[in-house]
Amino acid sequence: MTALLSCRGLTRTFGGLVALDALDVEVAEGWVLGLIGPNGSGKTTFFNVLTGLFPASAGQIRFENAEITDLKPQGVYRIGIARTFQRSRLCLPLSVFDNLMVGNHRNLNHGLWFNLVRRQALRRQVEENVAAARELLTIFHAPLAARLFEPAGGIPMIDRRRVEVCRALISRPKLLLLDEPSAGMTHEETLQLMDDILRVQRKLGLTIILIEHEMSVIERITSHCMVLNYGRKIAEGTYAQVSRNLLVRQAYLGLE
Amino acid sequence: MKTTGAAALITAVVTAFMWLLLRAESQPSIAVLIALAVAAGVVAARSRSLARVRAGAPERVVQGFAFAAVVVLALLLRGDDFSLLLMTRVLIVILACLGLNVQFGYAGVVNFAGASFFGVGGYTAALLCTSTRLPHLLILLCGGAAAALVGTVLLLPVLRTRGHYAALITIAFALLFRTFLEVNDTLGGPQGLKLRELVVGPFHFNDAIELGAFEGSFYLRYLALALVVLTIFFGLVLRLERSWIGITLDAVRLDEIAAATFGLEIARWKITAFTLGNFIIGVAGALSAFMIGFIAPNNYAFAESLILVSILLLGGVGNPWGLALATAIVILLPEKLQVIQEYRFLLFAAMVILILLFRPAGLVPRPPRRLEPGG
Repeated sequence: MTALLSCRGLTRTFGGLVALDALDVEVAEGWVLGLIGPNGSGKTTFFNVLTGLFPASAGQIRFENAEITDLKPQGVYRIGIARTFQRSRLCLPLSVFDNLMVGNHRNLNHGLWFNLVRRQALRRQVEENVAAARELLTIFHAPLAARLFEPAGGIPMIDRRRVEVCRALISRPKLLLLDEPSAGMTHEETLQLMDDILRVQRKLGLTIILIEHEMSVIERITSHCMVLNYGRKIAEGTYAQVSRNLLVRQAYLGLE
Repeated sequence: MKTTGAAALITAVVTAFMWLLLRAESQPSIAVLIALAVAAGVVAARSRSLARVRAGAPERVVQGFAFAAVVVLALLLRGDDFSLLLMTRVLIVILACLGLNVQFGYAGVVNFAGASFFGVGGYTAALLCTSTRLPHLLILLCGGAAAALVGTVLLLPVLRTRGHYAALITIAFALLFRTFLEVNDTLGGPQGLKLRELVVGPFHFNDAIELGAFEGSFYLRYLALALVVLTIFFGLVLRLERSWIGITLDAVRLDEIAAATFGLEIARWKITAFTLGNFIIGVAGALSAFMIGFIAPNNYAFAESLILVSILLLGGVGNPWGLALATAIVILLPEKLQVIQEYRFLLFAAMVILILLFRPAGLVPRPPRRLEPGG
């Protein structure tokens, strides 16, 4: 197995609290890894450390065989890791298109001269990106493509989630981190969104790490699972293996 | 086509109104005119007719009409020194507010030292025009460059703080700047400095204009120069907003964490916006100093910075057209309606509070970005 992402002894402390405790993680290309665990078990912290929002206290992270432990969020994004947030972090006053373009930052020309003077070239780049954004939105949910220039604050919650996933996808990352994409949505909406994500994953050959509380979702779409408790990995394997694990049942499913 | 016609009609009406207002002398007639304008504004806002015209007419057409309106107005008032001075002042303050708009409206970098950077531009112009033989147009740009350079002093503290704390730093700078001017003898101390006459090519700006039968105030030249400079920067700022950089600056303002996760270099864009904004404010300051011919620390008091910020809030943060309207109101109202001259700060304060309470996006809220062709 060639690991796309591998973490060794990854640790993050907040004062006396150990949020991540010597975590070892291996993710191979093409996996959909479900990350589960009770509230406060360090799942989101893992994402935050991975994406450089919090520096790691110890341990190392390698991505495509390169050390990325100390990269800033900007650097992590540039090498092809994109994420969504648990609480929606779209720029609500901006249009859907603008939000998607924030996600496509690394592929756009941000030179002053290009943007202020070479307007024809800029216009071409805009047109290309409008087409690309429409295409991506259509894969997800065709009616959404028609609302490309509406403010993100004016579209329903499930569409905002879709836009957030698209914002992470539009730069064509290699690894996608989804932090509870189903939060605040109904069961049906969640299933719908997950189907969309799975379809895109197959189409683009993405690797995904997914934080999720809804076990049916985990069962349905993940190829592998990892269970955290108090910042430690207590089990990993397929969903079937993990859900049989006694430790997991005690810590997470609440069984004696 | 229909909206273009409507835009032309609106421009003509506004121009005629401005002419009446600027010519009017008696206080009751001015009060009536202003009441009419307020009523028209309320009706236009209620019926959303203005917004429809604005959304339908191409940007270039709207800009062309506005430009033409200023030219026509200036020619109608050609002999009227005071009105031309007022108009030029409005243009210059719009320019300064454009700079503030790039900083605060787009990137979200607060700047309560607008008048100080305006002053840096003015003092730079005064020093350069008396002690060097640089062409005066170049001196205008030097004023901008100096303001941008002085602004770098504030970069480190402003980048390390947010919200109120960043605001406090700029306020401290504004107060320090004025004290510095007052005690600095090379800069004239409290007495200030005199500037030489502005000369661009064959034009000596302080000579009266006589072209055959056409006679006009010398302020026409200043107005023309201010209009050209403003047009250039207005276009640049609109282009900035309608570009990838515009999106990037908005993202930096709205959510730094999300922006950083998608590779946006927060510091780089804040520095870009702050520096560019100060440059524009500095050019405006240099232009203003040349026109007045004399500068002193009193012109650059903290209260003036507050006026600039309140224009931004009043007009609609992030909307150059809105701040143009707000500048016209804030500059012209106390000059024409003398009863409120003494209470103008009180009045502006009340206006800003009312706006923030009842129309928080400003008189002319910022429209959605139009990146598509023709926009």
